[in-house]
Amino acid sequence: MAGTQATYSRKDHERAERLRYLGDIALVILGIVVVWQILHMLAGDVAISSPLATAIRAGELLGSANFWPHAGETAKALVYALVIALLIGIGVGTWLGAHKLSGAVAEPILVALYSLPKITLYPLILLIFGLGIEAKIAFGAIHGVIPVTIFTMNAVKNINRVFLRSARVMKLTTMQTVTRILLPATLPEIVSGLRVGFSLTLLGVVIGELFSSHRGMGFLVMRAIGLHDVSTMMAVTLILAVAAVAISSILLYIDNRLHRRT
Amino acid sequence: MNRLTLIRTVVIVAFFGLLEILCRTGIISPFTMIPPSEMAVELWLLIASGEVARGMRQTLGNVAVACFFAITVGFAVGAGVHAVPRLRRALDPFLTTYYAVPFFVFYPLLVFIFGMNNFPMIMIGFLFAVVAMIINTLNGLDKIPRVYRKVARMHHMGRTKTALLIELPYAIPNLFTGVKLAVAYSFIGVIAAEFILAPGGLGYAISFAYDNFDNNTMYALMLFILVLVTIINMSLHAYERRLLRRQGR
Amino acid sequence: MSHEVHARLEGVTRVYPAVAGNPPVHALGPIDLDLRKGEFFSIVGPSGCGKSTCMDVLAGLAPPTKGTVWFEDKRVHGNVPDGIGAVFQEDASFPWLTVEDNAAFGLRRAGVDAAEIRRRVEYALSFMGLKDFAKAYPAQLSGGMRQRVCIARTLVLQPRLILLDEPFGALDAQTRLLMGDELLKLWRETGATVLLITHALDEAAMLSDRIGAMSARPGRFLETVETGWSRDRDSRMLEGETFGHITGRLWQMLRSESKRAMGHEGGVA
Ligand SMILES: Nc1ncnc2c1ncn2[C@@H]1O[C@H](COP(=O)(O)OP(=O)(O)OP(=O)(O)O)[C@@H](O)[C@H]1O
Ligand SMILES: [Mg+2]
Repeated sequence: MAGTQATYSRKDHERAERLRYLGDIALVILGIVVVWQILHMLAGDVAISSPLATAIRAGELLGSANFWPHAGETAKALVYALVIALLIGIGVGTWLGAHKLSGAVAEPILVALYSLPKITLYPLILLIFGLGIEAKIAFGAIHGVIPVTIFTMNAVKNINRVFLRSARVMKLTTMQTVTRILLPATLPEIVSGLRVGFSLTLLGVVIGELFSSHRGMGFLVMRAIGLHDVSTMMAVTLILAVAAVAISSILLYIDNRLHRRT
Repeated sequence: MNRLTLIRTVVIVAFFGLLEILCRTGIISPFTMIPPSEMAVELWLLIASGEVARGMRQTLGNVAVACFFAITVGFAVGAGVHAVPRLRRALDPFLTTYYAVPFFVFYPLLVFIFGMNNFPMIMIGFLFAVVAMIINTLNGLDKIPRVYRKVARMHHMGRTKTALLIELPYAIPNLFTGVKLAVAYSFIGVIAAEFILAPGGLGYAISFAYDNFDNNTMYALMLFILVLVTIINMSLHAYERRLLRRQGR
Repeated sequence: MSHEVHARLEGVTRVYPAVAGNPPVHALGPIDLDLRKGEFFSIVGPSGCGKSTCMDVLAGLAPPTKGTVWFEDKRVHGNVPDGIGAVFQEDASFPWLTVEDNAAFGLRRAGVDAAEIRRRVEYALSFMGLKDFAKAYPAQLSGGMRQRVCIARTLVLQPRLILLDEPFGALDAQTRLLMGDELLKLWRETGATVLLITHALDEAAMLSDRIGAMSARPGRFLETVETGWSRDRDSRMLEGETFGHITGRLWQMLRSESKRAMGHEGGVA
């Protein structure tokens, strides 16, 4: 049949399309590197190290034993902060989503908190938690908890009430209702919240490290600048940026997959 | 005042009341936090002394510049990219992961290159805000239904007229969302930059007070920034809601 | 009978070119159609058969892939001629303008003077039953009322050919009939040629001088039915016997086509 041929050509077309898309993305990355190189040539080694030099320095750092404790510190703070943000955010978000009045009262407050420069609160955090990792965790969690709450709240609020009524008709237990209906219905939005929450939590942790801290990637940047060591500073920044984009892309991929299903 | 606003006000007042009590009874030590009422008094004294005004002028000036460029450049780039679908598709993943990069790590570098002046702060505020504007511009232009372009052609309108008289007005509420975020993000960027490393401004004043164990000034300024930014953000938010409601979205 | 031809489609087809790996879509034709000056012509046909495409081609919004389109002795080929007004299937009211500013949009663009604009807008709004909503925004109106705003916006330009793509799709059956009466009144008063696209057979049967029944995609005219109504008709003819004959006739032609459009009877290319 003629249809078979059409399907083949369509598959080919899709493959070609995909290749072109990846090629375009590579071009964008190339563009960024070229701009960087030009900036380097304009500003010189003292201000901006070249992409190549930065990459080499990043390689050295990744191979050195001194680097990993700092990376580990940042990662640890990030993970703790994110877990706290998720637990509180999902809990509070579920309550605000299920209870109409609380949700309506809280929503503008959450929106206001979301766009505050939370950095102003950092001294308070430091006074409460001291200069250790706890302050960074708390600060990261403060950043991350709000988007997780907002996304969860909206997810729970928008659950189709018919689902819940059918659950009752089908005589599901509470546990079954949660695992079979509530969780699948809200998961895509919660993952979106996690994705935004991840970005903000990392931002919070790193700001914490840039300010009165003695460990972590942010600290490495601040120390390097004190030593006028531009290539290290840029290498650490590069590693952090690439790691952040990589994790965020994975979350974005999962996010898109989950959303396509609904 | 409607019931929701009333409850909300009660909640907020209760929160500060609780803080006041905790501080007054010493459950929260005065070395950690001073009672909100004292913050207000201190703030009043600071404002009277003219110190707040000086810091505020610098901060607001930087925010205004960062924000202006973020909005204009963001809109121009957004509109340009929207016109080239292939470029837009290639840029999309970068735009969505942009905010995953903790931008403030670039700040020391900027200070290093440009020196300790307003420029690096404006730059950080700009970098932080511009992508929100780009994303919302793309979003707004995406949402224009195709039928409006048909209507434009039925009225014999050219490309420019269509853009100015149909596409732009249709996209305004979404563009305003971008403006709102650009303002909020510029504030976050500029104040955080001042806080980390700066020659002056409100954020710097807070970190200076922190370094000198001057809790009274520090809390007064915190209160000031939080109230100021909340008022600005909430006004923009209210206006955005009005625009959206008028367009029935 | 001799009739002056107002617009003509000759051997018109429209094929949407292939995009993103999807094969090209042959949406319409080949069709021939003569619209007579001053007549009320309706097109009925199963969903997706190419009715809206046909209207786009006629209005000059899309060039025909093959064939030619004429309007008042001028060739239309993907450029919108003067004297045609179109109301689209989707809501296209401008949400940022009040109802009266919506209606005045085209006149302002054409540089008509203010007094004349006011006169025509007032007339069109009261005609469409929107007088009390002149200062309202479309968001405050129902879907059917918004569609009426679009009709008013087109009417004020006094087009000689009016194209209407399912303008009452958002209305309940009773209101549709009443709007149909209004439409007939409008048609009589303006003397314009009207091309109405609809999926409601009764609507087509009651309003039209002639009805073109379209096949499933690619849309072709199966047959053109003359109703023979007098010019001052209205919805009361629903009671008559002829009405039942016409709708019955249309359904007879369209039943199998509609099934085909739903994919029930194979062979859908
Ligand atoms: N821009 C386009 N690109 C590709 N295919 C299109 C495009 N517009 C319409 N089509 C296809 O052309 C065919 C005819 O579409 P059209 O909108 O003209 O149908 P219609 O008769 O108006 O349908 P409905 O009754 O649902 O309004 C459909 O199969 C549709 O999917
Ligand atoms: Mg249609």
